[in-house]
Amino acid sequence: MRKLGYLLRHTLLIIISFVSIFPFLWMIISITNDSKDITMGKLSFGHALIENIQKAFTMADLGKSFMNSLELAVIITITSIVICSLAGYAFVVFPSKGKEILFMVLIASMMVPFAARIIPMFRMFSQLKLLNSYLCIILPAIGAPFLIFFFKQNTHAFPFETIQAARVDGCKEYQIFFRIFMPMMKSTYAAAAIFSFMASWNNYMWPLIALQSNDKFTLPLTVANLASGFNPDYGVIMVGIIVSTLPTILVFFLLQKQFVEGILGSVK
Amino acid sequence: MFKKNRIVFVAWSMVLLASAFVLIFSYIPMIQAFFLSLQTGKGANLSFNGLANYKRMIGDDTFWTTIGNTLFYSVVQIPIMLLLSLILAVTLNDPRLKGRGIYRTCIFLPCVTSLVSYSILFKNIFAVDGFVNNLLIKINIIDAPIAFVLEAGWAKVVIIIALIWRYTGYYMIFYLSALQNIEGSIYEAARLDGCNAIQSFTKVTVPLLKPIVFLTSVMALNSTLQLFDEVVNLTGGGPGNSTRTISEYIYDLSFNFVPSYGYAAAVSYAVFFIVAIITIIQKGVLKER
Repeated sequence: MRKLGYLLRHTLLIIISFVSIFPFLWMIISITNDSKDITMGKLSFGHALIENIQKAFTMADLGKSFMNSLELAVIITITSIVICSLAGYAFVVFPSKGKEILFMVLIASMMVPFAARIIPMFRMFSQLKLLNSYLCIILPAIGAPFLIFFFKQNTHAFPFETIQAARVDGCKEYQIFFRIFMPMMKSTYAAAAIFSFMASWNNYMWPLIALQSNDKFTLPLTVANLASGFNPDYGVIMVGIIVSTLPTILVFFLLQKQFVEGILGSVK
Repeated sequence: MFKKNRIVFVAWSMVLLASAFVLIFSYIPMIQAFFLSLQTGKGANLSFNGLANYKRMIGDDTFWTTIGNTLFYSVVQIPIMLLLSLILAVTLNDPRLKGRGIYRTCIFLPCVTSLVSYSILFKNIFAVDGFVNNLLIKINIIDAPIAFVLEAGWAKVVIIIALIWRYTGYYMIFYLSALQNIEGSIYEAARLDGCNAIQSFTKVTVPLLKPIVFLTSVMALNSTLQLFDEVVNLTGGGPGNSTRTISEYIYDLSFNFVPSYGYAAAVSYAVFFIVAIITIIQKGVLKER
């Protein structure tokens, strides 16, 4: 009976694990095959790797899209975690009735479906003549209610005596935040940075609306474009898929602990 | 006194920027969308027309189809996915289990894929002459390939499979962390009271997990009701409107068809109310249990 349970559990886990990683194996195999073999479901390595990569970087300009995505993700991650952590910190260190209400208002905005905001946002940026610029991607991403919430939760764990001691030593409030809080909360910042980076890296709907010229396109837009043509070249698409998955996989394996923490942040 | 005022000023200055961004890019658009929803007209020529948009919505078949599709995805996908992730979490929570770290990493890995990328990958794997069809033919389950992505019923199934693949590991992590917070002594007590494994699962684990079940179901519902990336890249909403979601319809109304912003805004408010109502019902149901 015990043996059977043991066997059952491992069978379940092996099947689910295999299904989970199969699409990854599929993309690694497929990137070496040409489009025709990929659509036919060929399950062995081929010889088209170099050709696929060459085509992807000349025909589709994947490198440019990659740099665009990276630039946006880095700018958004840095600005949003600095601004949101400052707010989350202040909500805990300087509590007041007014701030409590403000916090509730900010959090409530998480319930607003994105679709209910896109049309006015589109009109706002079109009046400001900012469509097709990166400002219209960056600005709406900076104030992230989840990040404010995340930093507020984590600030509770920050030792208040440290702040008191710093004040006695004559530190200004902003100095305490930048010179003491930030370096001490490295792991929280790493988790938040991963969350923010992923959100920006994956962002699709708003850039699809706001960005119009190919040289501004981010990776999801370029990859989606490649796949939506009449006769898509799956070899090139696989390069795009791998290029857009690689950075997040890398971050995941390097910072697995913070990665999971970032995801769990809302539960603690 | 002077010093205290200074501190109050500094404190508010710290929350100012973040609040301003949320206000400008979340609340103002939301309020504007409401006023837009009361106006009709094409493109930029809009005039107030009361509840005309909401009336139009009631007679709009596409609206009801997309609402139906979106609810269908939620009702089928979320329970299957959450149950699966709960089962996996309970299985993996056993510290004596060999290789649990590897299993956990494998099952979580789909979460790192970009939404557009994995949708295209699934479209490719489920293509008419693609991998899944070849496999099913080879092991004699089917004789002729199925047009998974091109047939209304199958296309929905593929989207649901894709969603379950991408998010099961994500929710499993929530359950795992909740399970780790349950003290072993509670199970010990249950065992001494004569509970078997299944009883201790239903009588101890499930009740203690209630808050996290609520949280995860709200999160999952919120994301499935706003489903966009996957459907656009897997089926494009087709065939016909059979897989189109409400978010995709709002997008089409504003940016693909002749733009009718007012009507699109009204539809987006409908989504907003559906999300709110379902959340309230969910909270009630879980409280009662």
